[in-house]
Amino acid sequence: MPPVLELRNITKRFPGVLANDRIDLTLNRGEIHALLGENGAGKSTLMNILYGLYQPDEGEIFINGEQARINSPTDAIHAGVGMVHQHFMLIPVFTVTENVMLGSESIKVGGVLDRKTAAERIREISSAYGLAVNPDDYVRDLPVGGQQRVEIIKLLYREADILILDEPTAVLTPQEADELFKIMHSLTERGKSIIFITHKLREVLDIADRITVIRRGQVVGSTTPKQADQNKLASMMVGREVDLKLEKKAAKPGAVVLEVENLKIADDRNQIAVDGISFQVHAGEVLGVAGVQGNGQTELVEAVTGLRNALEGHIHLLGEDTTQASPRHITELGTAHIPEDRQRDGLVLNFPVADNLVLNTYYKQPYSQGLIMQHELIAETAKTRVENFDIRTPSVETSAGSLSGGNQQKVIVARELSRPLKLVVASQPTRGLDVGSIEYIHGRLVASRDEGAAVLLVSSELDEIMQLSDRIAVMYRGKIVDVLPAKGASKEQIGLLMAGLSGQKTLKNPAKRGKSRKDA
Amino acid sequence: MSSQSTTIPTVASYGTARRRTTMGIVFLALAGVIWYFFSRTTQAGMITTFTLNPGGSQANFPDLVFGTLPILNVLASVCALIGAFQLVRGFGKRTNAVLGLVAALFIFAFLSWVASGASLNLAGLLRATLIRAIPITLGALSGILCERAGVVNIAIEGMMLTSAMLAAIFGSLYGLWVGLFSGVIAGGLLALVHAILSIKYKTDQIVSGTVINIFSIGITSFISAKYLASSRHLNNPGIFSDIQIPGLVDIPFIGPIAFSHNIFFFGMVILLALLHFGLFFTRWGLRLRSVGEHPKAADTLGINVFRTRYMAVILGGMMAGFGGAYFTLGSVGRFDEVMTAGRGFIGLAAMIFGNWNPFGAFGAGLLFGFADMLAARLAILGVRVPSEFLLMAPYVATMIILAGVVGRGQMPAADGQPYEKEGH
Amino acid sequence: MAKKDTQPQTSSKKKTAFGIFLEELTRGSLLVPILAIVTGLLLGGLIVALTTEQVYTTWSESPLEAIGIGVNAALRSYGALFNGSIGNPERIIDALSSGEEAAIRRAFNPFLESLTKSVPYIFAGLAVALGFRAGLFNIGAEGQLFIGAITSVYVGFALTGLPAIIHLPLALGAGALGGALWGFIPGWLKAKTGGHEVINTIMMNYIAFRLSEYLLRGPLQRPGSTNPISPFIEASAQLPRFFDSPIRFHLGFFIALAAAYGVYWLLFKTRIGFELRTVGANPKAARYAGMNIVWVTVLAMSLSGALAGMAGANEVLGLNYNLAPAFSSGYGFDSIALALIGKSHPLGVVLAALLFGTLRNGALQMQIAANVPVDIISVMQALILAFIAAPAIIRTIYRLRTPEDDDDQLHVRGWGG
Repeated sequence: MPPVLELRNITKRFPGVLANDRIDLTLNRGEIHALLGENGAGKSTLMNILYGLYQPDEGEIFINGEQARINSPTDAIHAGVGMVHQHFMLIPVFTVTENVMLGSESIKVGGVLDRKTAAERIREISSAYGLAVNPDDYVRDLPVGGQQRVEIIKLLYREADILILDEPTAVLTPQEADELFKIMHSLTERGKSIIFITHKLREVLDIADRITVIRRGQVVGSTTPKQADQNKLASMMVGREVDLKLEKKAAKPGAVVLEVENLKIADDRNQIAVDGISFQVHAGEVLGVAGVQGNGQTELVEAVTGLRNALEGHIHLLGEDTTQASPRHITELGTAHIPEDRQRDGLVLNFPVADNLVLNTYYKQPYSQGLIMQHELIAETAKTRVENFDIRTPSVETSAGSLSGGNQQKVIVARELSRPLKLVVASQPTRGLDVGSIEYIHGRLVASRDEGAAVLLVSSELDEIMQLSDRIAVMYRGKIVDVLPAKGASKEQIGLLMAGLSGQKTLKNPAKRGKSRKDA
Repeated sequence: MSSQSTTIPTVASYGTARRRTTMGIVFLALAGVIWYFFSRTTQAGMITTFTLNPGGSQANFPDLVFGTLPILNVLASVCALIGAFQLVRGFGKRTNAVLGLVAALFIFAFLSWVASGASLNLAGLLRATLIRAIPITLGALSGILCERAGVVNIAIEGMMLTSAMLAAIFGSLYGLWVGLFSGVIAGGLLALVHAILSIKYKTDQIVSGTVINIFSIGITSFISAKYLASSRHLNNPGIFSDIQIPGLVDIPFIGPIAFSHNIFFFGMVILLALLHFGLFFTRWGLRLRSVGEHPKAADTLGINVFRTRYMAVILGGMMAGFGGAYFTLGSVGRFDEVMTAGRGFIGLAAMIFGNWNPFGAFGAGLLFGFADMLAARLAILGVRVPSEFLLMAPYVATMIILAGVVGRGQMPAADGQPYEKEGH
Repeated sequence: MAKKDTQPQTSSKKKTAFGIFLEELTRGSLLVPILAIVTGLLLGGLIVALTTEQVYTTWSESPLEAIGIGVNAALRSYGALFNGSIGNPERIIDALSSGEEAAIRRAFNPFLESLTKSVPYIFAGLAVALGFRAGLFNIGAEGQLFIGAITSVYVGFALTGLPAIIHLPLALGAGALGGALWGFIPGWLKAKTGGHEVINTIMMNYIAFRLSEYLLRGPLQRPGSTNPISPFIEASAQLPRFFDSPIRFHLGFFIALAAAYGVYWLLFKTRIGFELRTVGANPKAARYAGMNIVWVTVLAMSLSGALAGMAGANEVLGLNYNLAPAFSSGYGFDSIALALIGKSHPLGVVLAALLFGTLRNGALQMQIAANVPVDIISVMQALILAFIAAPAIIRTIYRLRTPEDDDDQLHVRGWGG
């Protein structure tokens, strides 16, 4: 019997990125096939191709042994492929029935909706697969887990045989995730086949029948839970052959610069994202916050830099309570912030480089005299900065948007690190950059530390954390699972902590400077 | 590890609490106004007379006569009781209906006060309100069609204006029905331009609407000045005559008010019902709304976002065209420059006021039409309230609604956002 | 680490207003606005030709001749438009050679009248452009203009016995203040409640009309008049004119130019302008950089309103000397066109406003000489705006290359904010 699905040699290029590089994948009937990889490894792109949202540049798709042409979601639905997107494709103001039937409605004469029949079918599906939902509820009133069940029912309603679940557990509580795994098993028992996209090791080992690991758009290898263990998967997924070298002196930690106490923060959807964490960062040290993205790091950084209000707890900066302080006040206390999304937060893309270099100091002497901005002086300063920080730009009048990613990031680094600093908050500072820029920015961050600044580094790149940090705090589900000295910590050990395995501690490592404490 | 899904007070629940209090205060304030401004200035023994037959109707229904002061006091007390209940317990989901009730009571109190010691033709007033609500409601329905599909349409005014002119010209040349038809087509064609600019070229939808508004004002004034001024035979279409609905028109009081109108009124009622039914009970409506709420979700389910939006905008334009034809073929029987006088924009306001729902918009249309009509009559009644402030009321009310003071409306989530497919 | 291979080169050339403008135009392709204007004018001519009856009567006999008649009609119209807006070249030469003062005045009057007509366009266009720069869509220039006219006319007639040097600035300031208030309200609502400024400014327009109707029939009505019209303003509040009748060219033109420079200076030379432009270009980055978005939004809408108010003030203090209802028509929408055509740059706005003022002025002559109603100008403005707003149309017509950074469209974020 041919496999239910076979992808051959799929290649997809985006401008400047090779998102999928000759990927092969097979899916057998009734199996759960985990697609494992870091953020940006190309998993979602591959699945969007399979679902007809993207067109591959090369490659073929076979369904039940026959070549399939999938140019649109409609084609995919007809071919029996269904997908639960990472960001749910649900309409909050519609009922469950309306969401499920949309696009393949049951109708009576004249196009009148037959909600009753549809709701009846939803109840049938719901009881057959153990997907508890009430067809008459509005989706906006459902918890996240319930919304996900609606998404799965949408696929079953269309009689999909191949189900793609894109990071389905990213938004779930552990209990909800366990519930989902039960559902997945009941689906495969009834002959459905599932592609399960994730970056969480434990889940993969728990539930998958086969595992394919993708890194940088390529298949790194395939295995099964029996042959693999967490360490092996971790190194396949995050392990990087290119080990960047960084000369770094031993840290000389000084007084406490940043102190976070019992901080609780909500995310945009009003869910608790940071759940009562405490830590300290000292002058002259780098505290690296490791963790899979989406475990509260973004919200933590926003709270520390004044961009997000905390629900509870306190932030002290140089002894001053800055929990409610404005971003400008925090900057003026000597904080540099390299934001996670440089194009969204850090730069005004259609402004010249020179203006971007003074984006948060423009109002101060000498850049402004009273009301008047000193454009000549700003341009002169910009030229020095461009030279000092090795920013490759035709001129300081060039718009920031036309620079390469690495040079855009250097503009931000140049702006943030050319002031007298007490605290540097760097969030994913090298994401998507070339090796040269990464080395450069790493060097600058260490230099700041050596000049006596406290550095809070947030990164989902384990290598980056390992290289730069003096101490490493691992975040998982809004909490700090452990804080350990970087010296002696192994990649595997941290990888396990990142996967939330605080329970089976491989080594107990009391934090060096006793004040930092775990909060698990 | 503690549970992840700790619930914290959300903005929404905070909003409901505030909304309950705000509404209660509003009700109490209205009660206060009735008592302070109306009751206190009314002498005991004054009599209010409401005539319940609109002028020109044969039916003979007795007048409604009552003592002004007792009724005012009763109305004030009822409003105050409702307000108190709202503050203490709240009406929950029925708050909007209660708001409508209190507004009606207030208006009744106001009219009783105005007509104290005199006679007011209540039936005529209500009939005129219905008539004035026609173009406003049709404009709002046009807006609802477009915006429910995610396309902002501020060009309703321009579409109405162009349609009014073409309806007048073609109505004069080839008869009323051809005139009506050409008005509807004119609205549809301008909407097609709006659709092409904003959907295909992804021009900002406000800019695109502005283009159509400027163009419409220009072209109608141009043609009016060049041809209509000199050739009266091009601008004399006449108007559709009233249709009496057999049986229903004989119902006392209501019959002459609601069942003796020309086709624009009945057309509006039918379109209103059709649109409501279409939007909320058919596949067509479900898909249209999905495109306005979450176009990407609709796309992943195989719904053609672009085609749906084109269809909605063009139908919306035709709706506005029908409303525009009302000005010439249903009301005055000739075209005057800029005769729509902002009704399209009031329609937009009625749409927001009515929370993007057809019947809500009709209610808002009635309210705005009432203010419009009353302003014209107050002067005749010799009332001390400047009519201009009544005419301002719809605009001020819309701004208050937008500010979310009485609870934010449910705007289509993707309203005004061009849709772009990725990865192609 | 790799050595620098490209030395950063920076021009130390000082930026001038014109320099920035040219840069912006060339980046967004200087060609598109020009072609849009040319195409709009051509289509206007086509409409003129198509509404010439003779074209149809001759068509059945000789289509070629009919086309000739159509082209002639269009040319004649544009000739009249030119004579009416710039001046009749023959008459100017005659007048100059005769040396007679009155004749020279008459010959140059069309040109100066065009400048006069562009004054409100300059102000209103600047108002909308300033809003655009801060990411705000001020569709309420019309109402702000109206309120500005009311407040300045009030100060103009209610204060008496003041010297012009005090009275005139007071009256102008009152106009700016009135407009600013009308802009402040939707700005504040936007910043505080998220109520969208587009719908709120439309509502404010109609509130302004109703308010003016009330005022002109009540408190501000001219004593003894039954018409809704305000009293005449004091001579001390009038904007001085530079020439004798019939030339109405007044000081307002230079105030408008000064305002344009002021807006340029504010936007590109001061830190307030920097904040404004940052909030407009990327509100997230503005917040990150510590800017106060509420304050910037309120300020931008107030300033925008003040400029629109100045447009109204200039009309009543420079031309009409009193206020009648519905004296402004169409400035609100035209100002949006101006800001877009001028790429939201003060210099571009001034040039576009001069074009609009010239067209409006010439249209009168066109109506008299060629029997083409003035409203053809609105049609042309709408067409020009459509082409500017959807440059892809122009690029398709003229087969132009699409520039790489085609991101200068602005987006509206829906009614609710």
